[in-house]
Parts: sequence; C-alpha cells; structure tokens
Amino acid sequence: MNAPAYNFAYLDEQTKRMIRRAILKAIAIPGYQVPFASREMPMPYGWGTGGVQVTAAILGRDDVLKVIDQGSDDTTNAISIRKFFAKTAGVATTTSTADATVIQTRHRIPEAALHTGQVLVYQVPIPEPLRFLEPRETETRRMHALGEYGLMHVKLYEDIARFGHIATSYAYPVKVNARYVMDPSPTPKFDNPKMDNCAALQLFGAGREKRIYAIPPHTSVVSLDFEDHPFSRYRHDAPCALCGAGDSYLDEIVTDDKGSRMFVCSDTDYCEGRQAQGHRGSESAAPHKERAHG
Amino acid sequence: MTAMIDISEARKSFVMHLQGGVELPVVCGVSFHVGPGECVVLSGPSGAGKSSILKMIFGNYRCDSGRIGIRHQGAVIDLATAEPRQVLSVRRSTIGYVSQFLRAVPRVATVDVVAEPLIANGVARAEARDRAGRLLRGLNIPERLWSLPPSTFSGGEQQRVNIARGFISDLPILLLDEPTASLDAANRAVVVELVEQKKRQGVAMVAIVHDDEIRQEIADRIVDVTSFAAAA
Amino acid sequence: MAEREAQDNDQPLLMAENLGKSYGGLMACRDVSFALYPGEVLAVVGESGSGKSTLLQLLSAQLAPSAGRVSYRMRDGVMRDLAKLGEAERRFLFRTDWGYVHQDPAMGLRMAVSAGANVGERLMAVGWNHYGKIRDSASSWLERVEIDTDRIDDAPRTYSGGMRQRLQIARNLVTEPRLVFMDEPTGGLDVSVQARLLDLMRNLVSELGLAAIVVTHDLAVARLLSHRVMVMKGGYVIETGLTDQVLDDPHEPYTQLLVSSILPA
Repeated sequence: MNAPAYNFAYLDEQTKRMIRRAILKAIAIPGYQVPFASREMPMPYGWGTGGVQVTAAILGRDDVLKVIDQGSDDTTNAISIRKFFAKTAGVATTTSTADATVIQTRHRIPEAALHTGQVLVYQVPIPEPLRFLEPRETETRRMHALGEYGLMHVKLYEDIARFGHIATSYAYPVKVNARYVMDPSPTPKFDNPKMDNCAALQLFGAGREKRIYAIPPHTSVVSLDFEDHPFSRYRHDAPCALCGAGDSYLDEIVTDDKGSRMFVCSDTDYCEGRQAQGHRGSESAAPHKERAHG
Repeated sequence: MTAMIDISEARKSFVMHLQGGVELPVVCGVSFHVGPGECVVLSGPSGAGKSSILKMIFGNYRCDSGRIGIRHQGAVIDLATAEPRQVLSVRRSTIGYVSQFLRAVPRVATVDVVAEPLIANGVARAEARDRAGRLLRGLNIPERLWSLPPSTFSGGEQQRVNIARGFISDLPILLLDEPTASLDAANRAVVVELVEQKKRQGVAMVAIVHDDEIRQEIADRIVDVTSFAAAA
Repeated sequence: MAEREAQDNDQPLLMAENLGKSYGGLMACRDVSFALYPGEVLAVVGESGSGKSTLLQLLSAQLAPSAGRVSYRMRDGVMRDLAKLGEAERRFLFRTDWGYVHQDPAMGLRMAVSAGANVGERLMAVGWNHYGKIRDSASSWLERVEIDTDRIDDAPRTYSGGMRQRLQIARNLVTEPRLVFMDEPTGGLDVSVQARLLDLMRNLVSELGLAAIVVTHDLAVARLLSHRVMVMKGGYVIETGLTDQVLDDPHEPYTQLLVSSILPA
C-alpha cells in the first residue's frame, strides 16, 4: 500500500504563509491575540490543533523537535504529535530540552532554562483571559484595545475574598511588555516567572478559538497581583522522590489505596537528566532504572 | 432701593386647560414694598389671592407680568424674570417661606426637618441639630418627639415644626402663611415673640394672618389685597 | 468641597444645545437646550414615548446626536463637546466622573461577582492595587447605602431588588463622580422600598454635592429629588422651570394634565 505523500509538515505552503504572517504580527505586538484562519487538522479541536499549526508553520528541515504533555515526553498525546511531525516533516526528534530547537508543550514550561534560538510553542484552549468574567467578545476586544484591565483585578479580588488568597493556580494572568494582559495557557503559576525575560521565543496557538499570540525573547512578563497579596509560586513542599530536586514542579502520584503518595518531577527530561548525573531521591527503585535507558 | 421687597404691577391668572381653557384671574396691579424690620400683613377675604401673592414673592408661582424686586446679597434682582438658578440662590440665602401646611419629606426625623435649612447652608450637623432642638423646645415640642417624623403629629404640632424650620436660619426676608392657625393661645404668644425677635434683627416679613388680635400685635402695615382684585 | 463649589458654581457642568435625535423620519427628541450647574438635580418627566430615555442616552454620550451638541466641563475646567471625545476618553469619563444608574440594577451590576468587587471595580480600573484598601473603601460605601457590611462577599444575585439598586448606587458613587444620570431609579420596586431609596438618594446627592439628571415618569420622585424639572412630550420639552413652580403652577395643558393625574396624598 502506498503511504500518502504529505507536504512538508502537513500544511500547504499558502496556509503556512498565512500563519507566519499572524505569528509576525503577534511578535510585533507582544501579548496581543491575533486572529488566524485555523485549518481543519487531523485531530479534533481540544487536542492541540493550535500548537500543531504553529509548529507546522515554523518547522524547517534542520529543526529538532521535542513534544511534551504536562511535562512528560511519553504520554499518548506527546507521542502522537511527535510521530505526526516525524512522519510529515521527517525532522529529528528528541526528548532533551537542551538539544531541541522547537519545543511544543501542553500546559508546562520545561525546568531547564531555554536558550537563544529555541522556540517554545504552547497549546492554548481559551486564549482570552477575561472570558469568564466578560462573555462578550466585542467587550473584551475593547478592553484590550483601551487597556481597561480593572476587571482582571476583580477576579483576583474575588479569589482573596473567597479563599483568603489568590486561588488561581494555573492559567494565571500576566501583563506582557507592560501593555497587554495575557493568559499564559493552563501552565501552573509556578511556571510564570520562566516566561519573564526568556531567551527563547514563545508562541501560543489556540486552534478552536483561532488565535495566535507571542512573547518575543527578553520581554517583560509580570504576573498580576495586589500590593498586599503579592504573586507567589506554589510548589508541594517536598523534594522529587526520584531525583531529589527541590526546585522543580512536582506531580503528585497516589501509590496505594491507603493514601500514600509520592511527589515526582513533572518534567521527565529534567528528572532523568538529574538522575543520570547521579542525583537520587528517596524512591529511586528498580522500576525507574529501566526507563533511564529508554 | 432700601426696601427688601419691592413689588410693582404684578399680575397673575391661571389658565385651566383641562376645563376648556377657562382663565381664572387671581391678582392684578399688585404693588407694595417691605423694608427691613417691617412686618406687612396682607388682609382680605379668603380666595382674594393673599397666598398667591406670597407664592409669587417666593417664586413658587410665576407671574404673568410685573416686577418682583428682591434685595439679594447687596443687589436687587427681579424674581419675575430671574433664571431658575438665581431663584434657588435667593431661596437659599435670602427668602424663607413658612407655608400653611407642613410639607416635610416623610420618614425624616423632626429635629432633622428643622435642622435641614442650616445644614444646607453649611452649618455642621451637630450644631444645626442643637439649634433646632432649642427652637423646638421653645415651641413646646417635647424632646421625645424629636426623633419621630412629623407626619404622625397633630395639626398644631406640625405647624409648630413648620415654624421652627422657617425661623431657624438667618434669612433677611420671611414669608409667613397663617403662622398661628391651629395653635393654642400659649403657642400663639411664642410665635408672636419669635416674629418680634426677627423684626429686631431687621428681617423683612410678609404675613397672612386671620386672627385680628395677632394681626394687631405683629403688623406694622396692613395691605388690603382686595385692591389688587383682578377684573373677572 | 467648599472650595470646589466656589470655583465651579458659576460655570455650567453640562450644556445641551438644540439637541436632537432622529431615526430616519422618526424624531425621537428635538430642540432640547439647557444648562446644568454643579449640585443641581434636574428631573426629566414624561410618559412613555416622550423622548426622555433617548435624551438621557444623548446626554450621557451613549448615543450620537443627529442635531445639536452636548458639552461637559471636564475636571480641568475645559468645556468639551462630547461627540468629539475619543472612545477611550469617553469610557474613562463614564467610569470616573460620571455615574449611570439603570432602572434594572442587573444591567448596572456584575451579578455573579461579590458586592465588594462590584463596588471596588471602578477603583481597580483606575489603578488601585491594594486589596485591603479596596475592601475598606467598598465596605464603607456599603454602609453609606445602608447595606449590611456582612454581605460584602455575597453576589448581588442573592440580594433583594432594593438592595441591588442601592448597590448599584454605591458602585457608581465610589469614584466621586460629579454628575450622575438616573433612569427611572425607583421603577419596579415596592413602594416602601422606593421610599427608602429616594431618601437615600436625596441625602447622598446633597451630602456629596452631586449634579444629577433623573428621568422619571413619577412626579413624586421629581418633587422629592429635583430642583428643576423638564416636561417632555412627543420629543419636545414643553415646559421647564423649578420643580415646585412647574408642579404647583403648571402652565402647559399637558403639564396640567400630568399634575392633575396624581392622586393627592
């Protein structure tokens, strides 16, 4: 059976031009949501079509692609998307953050600091940070245009009134380049500081909502807060059970039905890298050792 | 002009459009003046237009023609042609009106009803209520009633609250419409004394009084309103 | 406050000159001219279809006039034609120097957001960034409009109609506006609730030295709240003057009809 012949990275060249134009505009106006003609992709909405379109538009033959989902290279979605690009673009793929030139991510930013020349592509479900407070698109566009962000603080105020602290733990709104308020996608607020003054280019794609936005390298990204309730990162108070890291974002894993749990680095590449260097945590047992050679 | 009030050839009639446009003339050719410290009493039978003249001086009724000169803040203005803002200004600082029936805002405590004209003119609330209390006491309204709205009071009590409200501020002109109606002898005497006090302070007053005795006591001059009767 | 009065009282705050609005051949209102001074309350009275609501929209720059203009004296003392303001300026004015009280409080509030946030929103919109101070300010305003401060964290969805309306007023007054537009502020409320609300409005207006334009079909509201009144019919202002003048000595046939239709207390 003959395999179908794909254009490089699946999308036709005209579509890539359109997306690149949108990306350029987004880079020129950091944090501003640029509408684009999102195409039907071979996966349904809600499965990362926005991120896939952005990646498809920017990939070149010499790029090295890494795909992560919630920090992990080996979940179903990460593997599917990586295989998709391997098949349609024939580019090299990797699980190493340092070696990748393009990293597509769902809902996490890698622990390892990114460097110049890398592009981080985020998958975004709802691009509009004000959406849940102001359902009218006409009104939210006006608010962005006029810089009227009082409503954003209303959301934070409500949290403090209700919970005593700003309870938003992911998709925490930020102000980009001191102008636009942006939803960083459902990344944990722990990751927000990594967006600030980042050496890599950060691109955000929302396929269903048909929006692209961007943060150019070395742009200021400030999390919104109140003077008397300043932004704070949340992290479980434990080292990684596998590699002992005390500064990475942790996933909580329930290990039995008696309430035992362990905390493990969410970023699998980071964790494995540390273990390869000899760092150990309290649970470095046989099952994990197998994967280290994978 | 040294007079506080100088009315000249004022005329008023009502056109009742709901009754086919019939014209009801009220008064015509009204002319008189009132100087500081004087009390002019308007006399005449009921329906002759006494209350109407009072209301014209206050700017409540608009006159069809003529002039209502008022000495306001050192200058003379014609209330008949004045801008609404000016009329408001005159009412705030020059002319006070004690109507025949208390028309207070419901639900406001008596002491606040009386204090309001002072507060509106910038007097501190505590001091205004203090002065209101003293006036009310002088008019025999007991303290236990001060925090109640006057709508439940008897006619006489309401009238005394009305008088307190009218007399509390230091306006140079006062218009009094039946100030002693519904009052007993003791309270009538209190009101007469209040009027005398105002006269001593140089306040110009125009009053409508039916009681002959009271009229004798307070009037410096009597103006017979029937001479201004409009031709029917 | 006293100095501000001394400075501004001689200059009109809002001026309408030959204002008119038409929709195709239909003239919703025409030839309206007046000047409103600081601290004055003007009632616009008329029945349905008189053009009073259209007039309010024109005066608050929510509708563009077909004829004439509306000018407003900004905080810096300069008289500006509202039609020439940029959208950003107009929206800013709406949030700071002006208030707008809707007949239906749900239109003027965020129903799903707490009362404190509703009152605090305008403050946050002008840059207040301290949670504690915002909350204190919201709390003191709730007290002023006689809402129990324990309810500061409740959403207006849980409030009664009268409470919602009072909350709407607090939300509008928190930035100390100089001019408040009110569209039938007591419409739809129970009589006793109306009474309480009117008292509150009367006191606030006089305490804060607000200028206000109140559209109402209820003459009692006009008598209680306003210094001046304009009677509208068929899009025209048919009579205007001091409230007590117009209501006690009505000249126009329509005004006489309106006044005589009120049942005496």
